[in-house]
Amino acid sequence: MHIGKRMFIKGGLALAALVALPRALLAAVWPEKAFNVTTASEAMNELLGSDQSVPSDEISLKAPEIAENGAVVPVKIKTTLKNVQSISIVVEKNPRPLAATVEILPGTLPEFSSRIKMRETSDVMVVVKTDSGLFNTSKEIKVTIGGCGG
Amino acid sequence: MASTIKVKAKVSGDIADVKSLMLHPMETGTRVDAETEAVVPMHFITQLTFTNNGKVVMVANFSTAVSRDPYFSFKFSNASVGDTLKVAWVDNNGGTDEIESVLE
Amino acid sequence: MRKAITIIAPVLAALFVQQTALADPEEDRLAFIAFYQARFPEIPIAEYANGIYAIDEDAREQWLEIEIFPPYEFAVEQGQEFWEEVFADGKTYADCFAQPIAEIRPLYPRFDSDHDTVVTLETEINYCRTAHNEPELDYAKPEITAITAYLAFEARGNKLDIRVGDDPRALAAYEAGKQFYYSKRGQLNFACVDCHGISSGLHARADRLSASLGHTTHFPVYRSKFGRMLSIHERFSGCVFDVRAKPFALQSEEFRNLEYFLNYMSNGFEVNGPGARK
Repeated sequence: MHIGKRMFIKGGLALAALVALPRALLAAVWPEKAFNVTTASEAMNELLGSDQSVPSDEISLKAPEIAENGAVVPVKIKTTLKNVQSISIVVEKNPRPLAATVEILPGTLPEFSSRIKMRETSDVMVVVKTDSGLFNTSKEIKVTIGGCGG
Repeated sequence: MASTIKVKAKVSGDIADVKSLMLHPMETGTRVDAETEAVVPMHFITQLTFTNNGKVVMVANFSTAVSRDPYFSFKFSNASVGDTLKVAWVDNNGGTDEIESVLE
Repeated sequence: MRKAITIIAPVLAALFVQQTALADPEEDRLAFIAFYQARFPEIPIAEYANGIYAIDEDAREQWLEIEIFPPYEFAVEQGQEFWEEVFADGKTYADCFAQPIAEIRPLYPRFDSDHDTVVTLETEINYCRTAHNEPELDYAKPEITAITAYLAFEARGNKLDIRVGDDPRALAAYEAGKQFYYSKRGQLNFACVDCHGISSGLHARADRLSASLGHTTHFPVYRSKFGRMLSIHERFSGCVFDVRAKPFALQSEEFRNLEYFLNYMSNGFEVNGPGARK
């Protein structure tokens, strides 16, 4: 039965490591370790050197209350904080919470939009790194049917 | 073969609004194919890079949690109509594609 | 709940359609519209072309985000390439159609007196291929749905113009499609009207049920769930499966007649395909 198979896979299949190949073609370092850890706290530590960030209302995360489809959740992120270096999306309940991390180079505006997968209802946190430290905003997005393809 | 990258880039003042859509399965490596009953191997874009007139303006690092046929949009300044924008992606299998577009 | 539906359905079905022997498709269509107008008085009729997004605000927001750069653009591009391919005999698809490209989709399905059956855009494409000694396309494979996506895109803004006319065989096919729509099937014993008419706007598990009015305008659709384009018959197939009945084959007579009836009910609506759905 379909649901039975999904449950079995979740329990029985070890997550293979995420790896980027080959190094030579990449424009910048792909943060392999941060993408592979399984908790939000570890992901932030690996990527940003700390799992502590200050909540800020200068970051906006536009995303649905209830995702129509957990496989395609539109997110629109913007911040008015100054001297932004990177913006990252952390989906707490995903098997690997770090979904994406974006480098905001000088001259580039601190905002972007994309579509992400969520396995289940979860807090989605946006972490902004500036020259003053780490800031965050968070929103719970409900997912009725998980989007990871299970 | 037709490009796997579509890009729309418009300049307003000196800000370029770039929207991109890529054709890519973004397989998580946990999905079971209904017909073959085999797990589909992980296959996803790891990095997406935008270069305007030779200067890198955006590097986006993805995990398998970015949706299939990924969409990515952003804005950058110091842009002019006629600039050449290059969009390139790399995936975990070493696959790549790139496209050049002129800012409108 | 099911008992209530069993009792209510025939009553409401009577409200939908003429029960007389000489049913008139136009009267059916007007009754169809009147039903939804009464059920959702605040929704402008033209909005029904957007399916569930006419009814569900939060879902609509997400859909609008997707429509900023919709994934079906790739299929439309591929569809154009397929459409412009030259057959071995030097002809192209355009040689099979009298109309300019923007006017093709709005005419389908149509009843064809020579083939004595309803012809959909897909079966027309294959008739064309056969006429030019090309192998038929598989209705379950991406190529044919890429072509219909392209044809839908080119026809955007043009109004559906489905014809039944005076031919009693065309009327019989329309009637068969209508009967299918109102007939209960499957272990769940649901008719199309039960979910998409009577229960439209309500929830079936986590999904809100869309209305049948305007349903056909946005097909084929890119379904995020599958990461590919889906034809309307593939959707019919999914629905029949969902009520635990055995689905009819893609382009079977049952589904072609159903598609004929549903498109007629949406006559006058503007084509807005291909669509993006969850």
